[in-house]
Parts: sequence; C-alpha cells; structure tokens
Amino acid sequence: MSEVTHPGLGSRRSMVEQLQLDMRLLGMLGAFALVILVFTVATGGTFLTPRNIFNITIQTVSVAIMATGMVFVIVMRHIDLSVGSLLAMCSAVMAMTQTQWLPQYFGLPLGHWAIAPLAILAGLVTGTAIGALHGWLAGYQGIPSFIVTLGGLLIWRNVAWYTTRGQTIGPLDQTLILFGGAEGILFPTWSWIIGIAATLVALWAIWSTRKRKESHGFPVKPLWAEAVLSALAAGAILGFVAILNAYQLPPGRLRRMFEARGETVPEGYSIGHGLPISVLLLILVVVAMTVIARKTRFGRYIYATGGNPEAAALSGINTRWLTVKVFALMGFLCGLSALVAQARLQNHGNDIGTLDELRVIAAAVIGGTALAGGVGTIYGAILGALIMQSLQSGMGMVGVDTPFQNIVVGLVLVLAVWIDAAYRKRLGVR
Amino acid sequence: MTTPLVEMKDIRISFGGVRAVDGVSIDLYPGEVVGLLGHNGAGKSTLIKVLSGAYRADSGEILIEGRKADIRSPADARRYNIETIYQTLALADNLPAPANLFLGRELRDRWGFLDDDRMEAETRRIMARLNPNFRKIKEPVSALSGGQRQSVAIARAVYFNAKILIMDEPTAALGVQETAMVAELIQQLKAQGLGIFLIDHDIHAVMKMCDRAHVMKNGQLVGTVRIADVTEDDLLGMIILGKMPERAVV
Repeated sequence: MSEVTHPGLGSRRSMVEQLQLDMRLLGMLGAFALVILVFTVATGGTFLTPRNIFNITIQTVSVAIMATGMVFVIVMRHIDLSVGSLLAMCSAVMAMTQTQWLPQYFGLPLGHWAIAPLAILAGLVTGTAIGALHGWLAGYQGIPSFIVTLGGLLIWRNVAWYTTRGQTIGPLDQTLILFGGAEGILFPTWSWIIGIAATLVALWAIWSTRKRKESHGFPVKPLWAEAVLSALAAGAILGFVAILNAYQLPPGRLRRMFEARGETVPEGYSIGHGLPISVLLLILVVVAMTVIARKTRFGRYIYATGGNPEAAALSGINTRWLTVKVFALMGFLCGLSALVAQARLQNHGNDIGTLDELRVIAAAVIGGTALAGGVGTIYGAILGALIMQSLQSGMGMVGVDTPFQNIVVGLVLVLAVWIDAAYRKRLGVR
Repeated sequence: MTTPLVEMKDIRISFGGVRAVDGVSIDLYPGEVVGLLGHNGAGKSTLIKVLSGAYRADSGEILIEGRKADIRSPADARRYNIETIYQTLALADNLPAPANLFLGRELRDRWGFLDDDRMEAETRRIMARLNPNFRKIKEPVSALSGGQRQSVAIARAVYFNAKILIMDEPTAALGVQETAMVAELIQQLKAQGLGIFLIDHDIHAVMKMCDRAHVMKNGQLVGTVRIADVTEDDLLGMIILGKMPERAVV
C-alpha cells in the first residue's frame, strides 16, 4: 500500500503495464509485424500495397472462421481433424442444392432469389448436424475426438464425392458468389459507414467498461492509457477501411460493371473496392465468438472444462452436452467457411478445403491456444491465420518454391509453440 | 433432541462386485463437526460422494432435516445446501478466483451475459471476510498457494449459504500456517450453525476439531464415538482393528 505512482514518469515497461496489454498479444503482433516487414523489403514494397493486403485478407477468411471454432474445441481438450472434409461436405450440399436439387425437385428456376438463402441454410444445417454427431460420439460414447474426427476426415470428403458424383459443380448462384471476396464488395461509401459505426461501438465499449469498473470501485487505467487504446482501436479500424478503399477496381471490371447497366465508364472515373462481404462476415464471427467466450455461461464452461474437467462436472456442468454443442458450433462454422470458399472459387470441386484441418489447427496453435486445454483466444487464432497466410503469400511473391513454403510454415508452427512454452515456463504458469 | 441435519440410512453401493459401502448409517447435527475416519479403501470417500451427488447409492436413503432427499447429481446436492470441498481442490486452474467461486452459478446481467464485475466485487467482499491476505483476484488460481486455493473453495461454500459442508482432507495440501487458518475457519462455520463432515487421516486434527467421529473399515461402520469420550489410541484401534473401545458407546 506504500507504493507511490509517478504519473508520466514511468519507464517503458510500466507504460505497457498501465495499458494492461496482454504480453502474448504483443508478441504475436510483433511476429506479424516482422513477417510484414521482411516481405515488404523483400518485394520492394509490393507486399504492402492495398491490392495485396486485400488479397491476403480474403484468402484468410475461410481458415480464420474455422479457427475461431477450433479454439473452443482445443480449449475443451479435444481436436477436430475433420474440418477440411466437413467443409467439402457442406460445400457439396450447398452446390447441389443451388444447381440441381432446388431447380429439379422444387421447381425453383436458376437465378431465383430464394436459391442462395436455401442453399446456405442447407450447408449450415449439414455442418451443424455432422458436428453434433462428432460431439455425441466423443462426449457421450467416449470415443477420443482424435479418432472420431480422423474417421470424419476420411468419411465426409468421400461422402461429398458421392454427393456430386465426383463432378466439379458450377457455375454457382450469382447472389451466393457475393460471399467469396473480390466479387462481393461494399465500395468505399458503405465501407466508411461501417468503419465509422464500428469505431463508435469500440469507443463506447472502452468507455462503458471504464464506467462500470468505476461504479464498482475497481482500479481503472489512467485516462491517458484509455485515450491511447481508443486512438489505437479507431486508427486500426479506419486505417484498415482506408487501405481496402484505396485498392481501385481494375479497368476491365469497371467497364463490365457499367456495361451491365448499359452505360460507358466516364473519363477518369475510378472507384475503390472497400470491404469485402466475406471479411465483414469474418468480423461478425469474431465478435460473436469473442462474446461467447467471455460473456456467456457456454463460453465460461468451455474454459472451465478445459482447465479441469472433473471440477467442472462437480460444479454441475454437463460436460458431455457441452462437447456436443462445441462440435456442433465447429460444424456450423465449417458450413460458413464452405460458403466463403466455394464463392471465392466460384465452383465446388472435390479438393475444396483439402488440408484445411492442418491450417486451422496451426492458426489456433500459433495464436496461443494450448493443446493441453483451458487456454486460447479468438483474436489469437485470427492473428495466427493472418501470420500463416502472410507467410504463404509473401513467399509466393518472392518466388520461394512451394515445398520450401511448407517447410517454413511447419517451422513457424513449431517455433511458435516453443517460444510460448518457454514464456510460460518463465512465468511459472503450468 | 433436535432433528439431525443429515441422516444417511443403510447406504449400500458396490462397484463390480466389490461392496465399497455395505449398509452404513451415519448422521450429522447442526453446529457439529463430525469426523469420518478409516483407512484408504474403507469406503468413507465413497459414502460421502453419495451425499455430494457424485455417486448414487444402490440402496438406502438420505434424510435432510428429517425429510427424504433425492440426490442424483452435484447440482441436486447444491439444492439441499450441501457443499463439498474436495481434497483435490476442485478448481479450474486456468480461471481466476471469481470465475471459480461462481462456477455453475454465475451472476448475469439483465441481458443474460456474465456479470464479471459483480462477481469480482462479491468475491472481494467475501474474501475480505475469510482471508484478508487474499490479493490475487484477477490471476488464474494456478498462481495461488494451496491455502489461498483452499480459501477459494471454502468461500464458494460460504457464499452460497451451505448448511452442510463436506470437507475431504481439506488440509492435506497445506502448510502449517494455512492448516491453522482452515481450522479456524471450520470453527467459525460451526459457530454459525453449519454441520460439517470432515474426512481426515490426521487423528490429531480430528481430535482437535471434531465433536464426534464415525469410523469405517472395509465398507462397514465400526462405530460412532464422542471425541470427548475417547483417546487417540481408541480411535486408532477402531481404524486399524475395527474394535470399539468398551467405555465409549453413543
């Protein structure tokens, strides 16, 4: 109690403490910044162009959506090896629903407005149901989830194969394709509106948290620290929107757009891409999953069960039913990722989502999720997915051979867990 | 005489042909600390897990305050205001004290979301009463000492107004000072009228803290004695040989 604080005189270390930033988050951000820096230099600046940032962002969405679900699965001390195959299964159902089942059996003509929502619904239901089945086998029947989902990995990709008879299905519904990335963009005006709204929500969240803490008489961060955090949040959101808005539509696409309306492109006219719908979808998933993790009983029980399954059960938590729910949620997110993946590719092929299970698990683990259970964050998984995609894109741009790209990603995965383990050891936490 | 807080009558439970508990009847009165003694495998932990809802008895009945109780799960036991403090300190190590204290009974705001601030405030309030030295409210409980962890477990029982407290070797993982702290807490709770079952291997601690003791051996009850009527040797005789001391019959 005799500690005296000297406002404004703190060393750099205590400044970080006053901001109350997570050291682990800082480490990951540092790693991400390093990756960006290295490739920016190596590509002579091309890596950091709006176009490349736009591309990396839309390439990350599918894996990132699933990675948020994988965090819960791994925190519960389970694993899901089937997500790539489950994505293919959901994609196959969605593709068949929109191109064949609805038109043939329900008489909806191709291009009907109801096709996209019904196809998406079919894919999400498929994913959720299969996920729930995995969860039931692991939770109630006591089969290790590693085995259940290893079986699922083999089964679902090939059930998908039979569903489409091995054919590539396309072209897909034009509305549905909007969820893929470059095709479905919001253009600068709407992107700014969404960006500004998101900024206001973030600022409101920061200040209302402070008010609530004050009302309970808890210590709060110094005002300057709140202000710095608010500025960082606003800068990150608006900066991101500005970059995506700066990526101009290529002339060919612009011409087609105007031709579709029977007009010609005015002289000197150009317009930026703005936020892709798929990225907006990812952001909504991240916000929802973070709220689930931190503010709901469901999330709290996932973490408690991962920390000590026995204690959770003795506290009256139904850990078996919880397992079903977590795997069902994972399946739902696979369905969502299937939508984004097939929309981006503009068709459904048999190899869609191949090896995604490894990318998704790697993203969660690089993002600090511990396989021992109980520890992991949603934002960490997103950063993990971004780091991996940046590595892969960057190496592609520099001209690194594909085999060597995989070697690097593998090394980064092991290195990330190694550093994390050493960090924890020093802190004396588990 | 007052109604017993707990009566367990003729409880039987077997695991694959082994009779872990074989027709045991015990009781507990308000404001009383009752020791449950016996070797490892004597059946005391199994018996008490029937009361805490972790196991279900094959036969026998449980009366709580004179009325027949139906306890099928830990959640049921909590509805009868039975709280258990386990030897293994059943805490989720990765979560901080408030999350553990309210685990399974979280406080929520009007939108149905977890109200972590209120849970933290309540935790601070009760810890100030039970263990004023407790500081690490926000850190995962894995960062706490054994005694601090035990005080979180005890706080959980106290906060939710336990009437019946089951303590399974509450001091097994603790140092001397921390043991003294827990012993003092037990006396406090007893003075408030709680009934406490204390499972312990330490005869000395039992002699110091308990009013009565039930002694078990090989799944059966050797007998029940008033601590004031027996010596440590008498208790040891009961535990090891299954022999009742002649002068101490309740």
